[in-house]
Parts: sequence; C-alpha cells; structure tokens
Amino acid sequence: MKLQPSTFNLHPSEDQVVLSVDDLWVEYAARRGVVKAVRGVSFQVQRGETVALIGESGSGKTTLGLALIRLLPRTARIPRGRVRYYRAGGECDVLTLSPQELRRFRWQECAMVFQSALNALNPVLRVADHFRDTAQAHGSLDGAEAQERARELLRLVQLEPDRVLRAYPHELSGGMRQRVLIAMGLLLDPQIIILDEPTTALDILTQRAVIDVLRNLRQELEFSLIFISHDLSLAAELADRVATMYAGAIVEIGDVYEIFEQPRHPYTRGLIHAVPTVTGDLEQLSSIPGSPPDLIDLPPGCKFALRCPYVQARCRQEEPVLEMVSPGHFTACHNWKQIDEH
Amino acid sequence: MNTDCPMIELRQVSRTFRVGKRTVKAVDSVSLSIREGEIVCLVGESGCGKTTTGKMVAGLLRPTAGHILFLGQDLEQIRGAERKKYRLAVQIVHQDPYASLNPAHTVQDIMGAPLLRHQLVSSPAAARARVRELLQVVDLTPPDDFLDKYPHQLSGGQRQRVSVARALTVNPSFIVADEAVSMVDVSIRISLLNMLARLKDEMGVTFLFITHDLALAKYFAWEGRIAVMYLGRLIEVAPTPHLVNRPLHPYTQALLAAIPEADPRLTRSKQRVQLRSLDIPSLLALPSGCTFHPRCPQFQEGLCERQVPPLVDLGDGTQVACHVVARDKAP
Repeated sequence: MKLQPSTFNLHPSEDQVVLSVDDLWVEYAARRGVVKAVRGVSFQVQRGETVALIGESGSGKTTLGLALIRLLPRTARIPRGRVRYYRAGGECDVLTLSPQELRRFRWQECAMVFQSALNALNPVLRVADHFRDTAQAHGSLDGAEAQERARELLRLVQLEPDRVLRAYPHELSGGMRQRVLIAMGLLLDPQIIILDEPTTALDILTQRAVIDVLRNLRQELEFSLIFISHDLSLAAELADRVATMYAGAIVEIGDVYEIFEQPRHPYTRGLIHAVPTVTGDLEQLSSIPGSPPDLIDLPPGCKFALRCPYVQARCRQEEPVLEMVSPGHFTACHNWKQIDEH
Repeated sequence: MNTDCPMIELRQVSRTFRVGKRTVKAVDSVSLSIREGEIVCLVGESGCGKTTTGKMVAGLLRPTAGHILFLGQDLEQIRGAERKKYRLAVQIVHQDPYASLNPAHTVQDIMGAPLLRHQLVSSPAAARARVRELLQVVDLTPPDDFLDKYPHQLSGGQRQRVSVARALTVNPSFIVADEAVSMVDVSIRISLLNMLARLKDEMGVTFLFITHDLALAKYFAWEGRIAVMYLGRLIEVAPTPHLVNRPLHPYTQALLAAIPEADPRLTRSKQRVQLRSLDIPSLLALPSGCTFHPRCPQFQEGLCERQVPPLVDLGDGTQVACHVVARDKAP
C-alpha cells in the first residue's frame, strides 16, 4: 500500500489529534542558494502523546520545531504546508495567525524550550520575575495566580519553590535551570510543549533527574510532548512514537518499540547500530559511511542512497515516499522489505 | 626502553587552582599507572577533574603536588633531550575540532609544521609525502583531496581525524584523547573509535581516553580498564567488563543505573539507584570524608563523613575507594 504524505492518518482516532502538520516545507535563503531544511513533512500528534524527532545535525529537526511555533529566523520561508492545532472543537492554522493571535498561541497553546536552555534565562532577573513576565506577556493569569501556579509546577519538577523563585539564574545548576524552563513552559497550561535537545548539555545524574521529571509530568498533567534530539536513548526512554529525520524529511515514523526492534529504514537501522549500550557484553557496532547531502544541492532520488547499504538503481532516481509497514509504522524506503534482521 | 615500569604513572597527583582568593582542588591525590599498549578510560561528570588530569599527563599543566612518571622518570626531573623525547611521545587530542585547528592554515600546513619543526623529515617534499601517508592512516582518502583544504571546508568528523593525524606526525607512543569523539555526529563516532583502536593494534599506541560517556568508554576500552573520577578523586578502577557489569562503588552504580540506553525495553526496566541528594557539591566547599557521602545511598554515619576512603585493591585489578565496600569485601 502506498499513500501520499498528505492523505494518511497515522492514528485512527482523528478527534484526539492536537497537532497536524501537512506537507510542510521550510527553506533558508543563503548566499550559495536555497537551503531546503524541511521537505514535505507530515505527521500528527495525539492528545497526551510523546513524539521524538530524532536525527543528526542538519537533518532539519530544529527548523521543524521552530516552524511549528513560527519562530523561524527572517531568512526562512515556508513555501508550502499547513500546521493545524486543535483545541476544544476549534482549530487554527498557525502559519496564518496574526501577530496578536500568535502571541496568545505561543505559551498558551504551545511552548518551546530551546536547546541553549542554559542561556535562555535573563541573568539579571530572578526566577520569580521570569514566571511573572511570561504570564503577563502571553496569558491571562494575574500575578498572584501565576505565582501559585509557578510554585505548584516547581514542586512537580522536584525543585523547592521558596528557594528557586528568589534565585538568580547563575545561582542554579544546569539541571535546575533546565527544570525551571520546563516548569515555565507549562505555566499557561499549553496543549503541547516542544523541547529541543532537553538533556544534551547535562551530566548523567542530572540528565536522569530531568528525564524522570518529564515522565512524572506526563503522568500528572495532560499535555503532548514533542522532543527533538540526536540522542536515541532519550527517545527510547520517553517517546511513545519516534520519527527519524534525514535531509529535511521524515524517513520513518512509528511506535517506539517497533522502531527500535524492527527498524524499516536503513538510516534508522544504521543509527541504532551506531550507538553502544552500557549494559551487557561488547556489541558489534558500525558507523554509517559518508556524510549527509548538501541541502542546497540535493541529489535526485533517495537522499540517503549515497550512504545506504541496500541501495539499488531505482533509489538514485525516484525519491521514496512514506509507505505503511504495519498500522502506525511508515517508512520511506523502496527496499524496506529487505531490512528485516535487526 | 625499560618495559618493566609503566609508561605513565601518577603518584598522589594533585592540582589546585586559584579562584579569586580561594583555592579549588581540581585533582586530589590521584594515583594511576598505565602500561604500554593499554587503554585506560577516565570517566566522570563535568568538573570531576578528568580533563585537568589529562592535561597534566600531556605536560600542559604541572601538578601542584605528587609526581608523574614517564617510563619511570619523574617529569619534574627530566630536562633537555629526555624532556623532548617525552614531549613528542605523549600527545593530546582535544575535544573541539573547531577550536583546535588553526583556521588560516591548510591541512598540509597544520600537519607539515611539526614534521619540519622536529626535523622528522628532510625536506618539504618529504613532509608532503608523510602527510599523505598519515591522512591515509586516519581514513582521509584519497589524501590529495584533503591536503589543501582549510578546516572550515571539513566536517566535524574529518577535522577530528586531522587532529589525530597531526598528533601522529611525531610518532607518539601515548595519546591522551580528551572527549575526542563527543562533538561528532552519532552515526560516525564508532568509525572514529575504530580508527583510534587500530592505532593501538597496528602502531602500539597507548591511550588515556577521557570521556563522560560510559557506553563509549565500554566500547573503546573493552579490553582495558575504566577509571571513574568524582570531585577530583579516583573512586573506582577496574577492568572494563567488571566495571560496567559489576560496579562496586555506589557512585559508579548510580551512574550506570542512570544512563539511558538506546533500547526502550532495556532502558525502561533498568533498576534505578535513588540518591539521597541531587545536588552536586561545589568544589569550593567539598564535603568532609568521602565527598560522595551527602548523596550516597549506602552512607553510614560516623564512618563516611569522617575519613577520606583510600583506593583499596580488591584483587582482579579492581580498586575501590569506599569504606562500606572495603569493609564488606576486604580480602
């Protein structure tokens, strides 16, 4: 069975969808030409679901995250696509919101915590001021309500509200700042929170604390989580579904267990085989040869063909579209049936 | 060469730094010896002193106390030709290949300079030939494609290979690799590690591999040893398979239990170790006794906060600095 990216449903229960991305393209103007950073991405996020976007640097995952909340830099352009949010019966297309609507939409509907989270707090403001400013700029909470909500959220992320609210950012460790930002993202009760590399700069024990906090939050509060990471183990820890990105496109998407146990795209498979585990005996590992293609001058056909061990003549001419492997599991590979051993 | 003594030996090595008016002890009485041909991984979280230790081994920093011996000779004592021999034999590969290569020089210049400076080749033409050979050793092939490139024209992985090739120009017998693969993409880390492992197998290079990533340490040093540092001290040293599968020190156990794995069933069923505190103590105000005691799940009052636990040999090449383990496992 083959489906056009814009027509398939990844889940049967349509009414549970909170975000639907349709054939989204993002380009950057560069001196050398047009960088095609996101190419025809389509996916949906369910209420309460955690989706991991994984891929290497330059795969377009951060650009995709920024596009979802319309925070792209000026050099970026969205030539095609729709990003629809659904809430309580209503829906909106984020790409056509007015500046005022967008201001309410961000944080109230969808919040994003950036990769450089450790530098995302203003060094001359106390944590309490950050919460107050966020509430004033984006929401309808008054000062007292915002404080109360902030305390509740800080407790949920395992921080002491009295100590942390009074603190300046430099008085907090990296892991504490990351948890403050996650709490702040949840301040206005958004439906979706997007985390870009949430644990990348953190030490192991701190990283574990952030992962556990995210897992607890997901049990306590009703929100959907999209996180962007190059770290497969984070996806293995937290995700319900995993989407692999390569050269600006989603090349595989499916249930986390199925993706890790039975990857059906050679790139996903290659990534899984390139990461050592710490438990158990020595594994056979191998790198993926070569490097990602130039996003300004993309080759025809499958963008992974140059590095792919399963490549055939057809791959160099015809770019594969997502095909269904099993319900909910899609891959963009002409030869996915050959990729059966793990 | 005297093969009886270790290639590198650290004896009670400490290093302090002045921070304003206060003194920080970044490395505290570290003793470790590394035999020729061995791979030792130094692992720990940021600020544990692993990079400072690596820099001292490579001669970029001097210890403030203790001794570092190269083939049995104290680095503080050797001068002249012996000193130069050490400086060439021990090389370091830094973490950031974007910062460690001069952006204004081509690969040929970067690698040719040490060859000519140390008169390892007789002419610029011979230097060019040697650079070609070394580029092949680090899998930058065909070498002619890389000779005249500037660092900005290379990917992160390629730059790191150039850094390694540059270290190889002086025929080192010992390489300190400080987070040498941490900044390259996941998909190519393994090939870089395999290339480094080949240097050990084919050229007999000994490695001190510094990383925060225990899974990478396990892969690279499977036949070697892992040494775990915490707040400036070595707390456990053991052959790699023992350390990752039967860790003894509560801190090593906590680290291994906390690491997320790239396998959903495995990682979601891992037994966690609950720490008593998540706060990492400041190096400016270290806890008394065992510095892990405020967080340690096996803390015993009256013991752990009183004395610094010595690194005790438990046989099998395993050494642990923990009062509780030493008491329970004393041979």
